[in-house]
Amino acid sequence: MSSYLAGRVASLILSLLVASIVIFVILEVLPGDPAQFILGMNARPDTLAALRTQLGLDGPAFMRYFGWVLGMLHGDFGLSYTYRVPVSELIVQRIGVSLPLAVYALALTLLIAFPAGLLAAARRNSASDISVMGVTQLGVALPNFWFAIILVWVFAVTLHWFGAGGFPGWDKGFWFGIRALTLPAIALALPQASILARVMRSALLDTLEEDYIRTARAKGLTRAQTLWRHAVRNALIPVLTIIGLQFAFLLAGGIIIENVFTLPGLGRLIFQGITQRDLIVVKSVVMLLVFAVIFVNFLVDLSYLAVDPRLRRR
Amino acid sequence: MSLLRVSDLRLGIGETPILKGIDLSVDAGRILGVIGESGSGKSMTALSIMHLLPTGTRPTGSIRLDGQELLDKHDRDMCTIRGKDIGMVFQEPMTALDPLKTIGAQVAETILVHGGTSQRAALAEADRVLGRVGLPADLFPRDRYPHELSGGQRQRVVIAMAIAMGPKLLIADEPTTALDVTTQATILDLLRRLVDEDGMGLIFITHDLAVVAGLADDIAVMRQGEVVESGPTGKVFRTLAHPYSRALFEASSHVPVRDPSLPGGEPVLVVDQLVRDYRIPPRRLFGPAGTFRAVDSISFRIERGENVGLVGESGSGKSTLARAIMALEPAQGGSIAIDGEAHDAKEGASLATRRKLQVVFQDPYGSFDPRQRVDTLVTEPFHLLGREAPQGDERKRRIATALENVGLTAADAEKYIHEFSGGQRQRIAIARALIIEPSLIILDEAVSALDVSIRAQILDLLAELSDRLGISYLFISHDLSVVRSITDRVLVMKNGKIVEQGPTDEVFRNPQHPYTRELIAATPNLERALATRA
Repeated sequence: MSSYLAGRVASLILSLLVASIVIFVILEVLPGDPAQFILGMNARPDTLAALRTQLGLDGPAFMRYFGWVLGMLHGDFGLSYTYRVPVSELIVQRIGVSLPLAVYALALTLLIAFPAGLLAAARRNSASDISVMGVTQLGVALPNFWFAIILVWVFAVTLHWFGAGGFPGWDKGFWFGIRALTLPAIALALPQASILARVMRSALLDTLEEDYIRTARAKGLTRAQTLWRHAVRNALIPVLTIIGLQFAFLLAGGIIIENVFTLPGLGRLIFQGITQRDLIVVKSVVMLLVFAVIFVNFLVDLSYLAVDPRLRRR
Repeated sequence: MSLLRVSDLRLGIGETPILKGIDLSVDAGRILGVIGESGSGKSMTALSIMHLLPTGTRPTGSIRLDGQELLDKHDRDMCTIRGKDIGMVFQEPMTALDPLKTIGAQVAETILVHGGTSQRAALAEADRVLGRVGLPADLFPRDRYPHELSGGQRQRVVIAMAIAMGPKLLIADEPTTALDVTTQATILDLLRRLVDEDGMGLIFITHDLAVVAGLADDIAVMRQGEVVESGPTGKVFRTLAHPYSRALFEASSHVPVRDPSLPGGEPVLVVDQLVRDYRIPPRRLFGPAGTFRAVDSISFRIERGENVGLVGESGSGKSTLARAIMALEPAQGGSIAIDGEAHDAKEGASLATRRKLQVVFQDPYGSFDPRQRVDTLVTEPFHLLGREAPQGDERKRRIATALENVGLTAADAEKYIHEFSGGQRQRIAIARALIIEPSLIILDEAVSALDVSIRAQILDLLAELSDRLGISYLFISHDLSVVRSITDRVLVMKNGKIVEQGPTDEVFRNPQHPYTRELIAATPNLERALATRA
């Protein structure tokens, strides 16, 4: 187990290191000068040079890279060029929206996908299997912003159950926040649930073909008992992998949904950062999202340990 | 009254009849051996009794256990019979257990699912049953997982699950086919003992005549969905009334005719002090990586036209040795030379050397690309010839010769692999090895997956090719009777070392090393079994 863990930790650190270099280099070679952007096209060269020094844009690249990484390790992400406030402050505000939204959407995904996948696999080729497969096919095919628009039209415009967008802030009360996030979470969850339900179904069907399922039946277990006691846990490993990828996607990939519902999340922060050449914001938020993705995958690797005794030996 | 009586059992899948009126009966305390080749319907008969056939298939006829008709039972009622009145053991112990549950929990599950006990009592009972099948708790704690046990130990766990409720009938479908001979012998002893102690009936399904001859009280010979002959074992073997039984009997003790003279000249293969180490992960974090010596200073040679057998149990290093000879993996010491040219320590074998060596694997189904035609498949070794690879008419002629050499026709080159049976596929695999005219062919369990009658034909083919073309074989097998029939010399391997080598007849008649003696004693032997019976 210790060598498995050590391997996972080493891979985590290495991935972060490589990702930080790639992000830094890409933003370095990207055209567009933040100082020029801030001061406008008519700025005098000596003012531009002074601002560059002030923003820390001069000096050798590797020094700036180490400065950036060391700063992040201390929680110092630098000052936003446009807002003139610490990037860390911006991030903390926005995570307060993006993280609950991702968790909410993931919870909905699991709530829909598990029963649907189980039902479809348990009654293969039945009417329920065919309907689950049909609905999830649609769910995978349709884009989530389209769902978002339909949801807004039905539940906000017609029924007035929810607001059409915006976020009141958590200080208004927990339920106000949850209410504002419900439609976005549903819109995010439906395609993900469709994917996960299909993965769950096929993982279960593969598992049900295994020899030990036949052994369990020969012991006198009913089909349902075999499914619950032997198939589900064995099918969980591919399902966990997908869940990890989905959570990372929900955290980072909510950008379109955040725009549809005008939510002040991380996705919109990056979007604004890019349009305003606020490269220090882009760099830090992208790094944060990369960290989140890699860390979630690390947690998934750890969860394999809980599921599979064969890994605990290594 | 018989414990189990199967009468006129019929089963079809689609339009194809699988079982055509099977009649069988088993008495309490007796062992019925069911023998047949693949496609004979022996497993389907077992699954019919258990109601575990593929969904959508429904047999007709009658299956009575203790006078009670099973065939028209609902699955819900069968769940109370399976595991309680009838237990079943399957062929593949490596995959028959749930990898995520402990062995104790899996045996206890049989007891719990049939109700009436607490978790604690079920675990205690599981403990007792595991002890009975030869897995005492002090050596095999109940919280072990299946991957921590060997194949034979796992099969004991499967048997424990099957007998935990003290069933009246046990069905064992090829329970020892995947095991080494010495393990097979202990599992057969265990089954016999359980039958004697518990007085249950046992249906033992196998393709191996020698196993049933030693074990079964009665036998039934099946072919293509029918029982062609049945009766008490001794009587059936004495009379062999049905021509198929006789053919089966002859095929399983078949010895191909061979010309023992060798053409002489330089040895085809010289292995000298070969060492092959594997790195194993460190036990502790940042601890030193260990090494495992899979092949330990092995030396031997194969003369031109000579057939050499390599026997040993799983884990003895046979396959590692074969891979090193094929230069698929680097050696850590010693040397290997083929036709006088040694493998390079770094580069492995040159193309010129690789041309002289081909291999035929065990699985005739898995070793071909299903989307390529036979002509493409058999010409695969031509890449070793580079620019000299034959083209056009010459290529066609070589393909035709290779296919005709193995008893197929030139027209077969146009076909795809799924159009051939298992035996024919193995012929194609041999054609693929022959096409480049090698000096040495490594046959890695090349006949182990074949039915006995097909196996006899392939052995004849191999013997004929070796005599006619002067090819040498390194014949790797766990099946001692096959090795005895086709090789001139035999090497016995254990724990990475050759413990004994010599002329095949001599080694088998007068084994010197205790391990060789143990192997030979554990190998089911038809003549010996029948002699003790008579």
